[in-house]
Amino acid sequence: MIRVVLPSHLRMHANVNGEILLDVDGEATQRSLLDALEARYPVLRGTIRDHDTQKRRPFLRFFACQRDLSHEPADAPLPDEVRSGSKPFLIVGAIAGG
Amino acid sequence: MTGVRVLVGTRKGAFVLTSDGTRKSWDVSGPHFPGWEIYHLKGSPADPNRIYASQSSGWFGQQIQRSDDGGKTWAPVDNKFAYDGVPGTHQWYDGTPHPWEFKRVWHIEPSLTDPDTVFAGVEDAALFRTSDGGKSWAEVPGLRGHGSGAHWMPGAGGMCLHTILLDPVDPKRMFIAISAAGAFRTDDGGETWQPINKGLRSEYIPDPHAEVGHCVHRLAMHPSRPNVLFMQKHWDVMRSDDAGNSWHEVSGNLPTDFGFVIDVHAHEPETIYVVPIKSDAEHFPMDGKLQVWRSRSGGNEWEALTKGLPQSNCYVNVLRDAMAVDTLDTCGVYFGTTGGQVYASADAGDTWSAIVRDLPAVLSVEVQALK
Repeated sequence: MIRVVLPSHLRMHANVNGEILLDVDGEATQRSLLDALEARYPVLRGTIRDHDTQKRRPFLRFFACQRDLSHEPADAPLPDEVRSGSKPFLIVGAIAGG
Repeated sequence: MTGVRVLVGTRKGAFVLTSDGTRKSWDVSGPHFPGWEIYHLKGSPADPNRIYASQSSGWFGQQIQRSDDGGKTWAPVDNKFAYDGVPGTHQWYDGTPHPWEFKRVWHIEPSLTDPDTVFAGVEDAALFRTSDGGKSWAEVPGLRGHGSGAHWMPGAGGMCLHTILLDPVDPKRMFIAISAAGAFRTDDGGETWQPINKGLRSEYIPDPHAEVGHCVHRLAMHPSRPNVLFMQKHWDVMRSDDAGNSWHEVSGNLPTDFGFVIDVHAHEPETIYVVPIKSDAEHFPMDGKLQVWRSRSGGNEWEALTKGLPQSNCYVNVLRDAMAVDTLDTCGVYFGTTGGQVYASADAGDTWSAIVRDLPAVLSVEVQALK
């Protein structure tokens, strides 16, 4: 199981509390993880990545294992600690504005 | 009528304010969607408990929320606004072509007769429609495709379609306005559109009388007389008596004719309201005095309405979607400020009081009369 932490606005929007535990089919990558997340919570479509281009929204970042994975290829394998569930995959809203 | 419900969109959430017909004491519900920008909420005239809300965020994009119980509970509906076909380009601030990019929904206009049919005005300017209660949205392509779209340019607030007026007499006629393109009309249900900007004069564009390029801030219409339109332009308050075919200025004795809102009394089609703002550089009232100005003659002759409004040290703005009128026997008038106050008058503007004072900056105000 992969652990995913959403920013508070999206937890509220998807009506979830705390971490999300996801089963990801096949190789766990950013793309497959987000596919699984959106399949379970369709209201998150368009909130993390663009509907059409599937690009990460500009003011969001992906962190895990104290690394910034935001610019990793969407199909690159996630770190072992994320795939094993020992570390969470963090979706973080940029600090900006009031 | 048993009461009124005021729907307030703010920079950090939505609020629902309710009162009985006296409009003296108010219950405040909210914030709904705390932390999100709520550009606009509006209820269906055909089913007042059906309310749609535009919820957006620079981080997380656009959402549309729908309530079927008068704003007590909400559920998200479809949030995908895809332009029809190849989106093409409009002018960017530097005059270069810029691809159309969806940013947010500015205005929601439910059908007059069907709760499941709703129009949405978006940035970058386009008109969308749902006919299934928000489960899916499709662009009304004739507007951007009518020919001048490539020449539209954003105003400082973005290139937004912010006003949608549905003609209650002719269901195929609709008016919209875009900053900074101007006003447009369809007579065939959205298939084809024409610019209706003749008579507008805007010194801030190369040809002040151009067919498009005018920064129209707001249009208003009385439902009994849909051929008469009122406009608050960037500068100038304008009037048309022929459904927008031509416009003439009715700013008259206003202390400044810059502003954002304009609205029409619910029972007196010649009584109109504006909130004069000092200038395009100084978005606050003249001399720190918040004043609604009312004309009972359809323009030109205006009177200041000040009773109950701050008359010193007030430097708020009133944004374009932040004024509304109710249809009770004595028409109520409402407006919200960027300082978080929502003011109401239960006597057509003669006296005012604040329903709430300390909300986040108010982006929009709508009101429903409840039976």
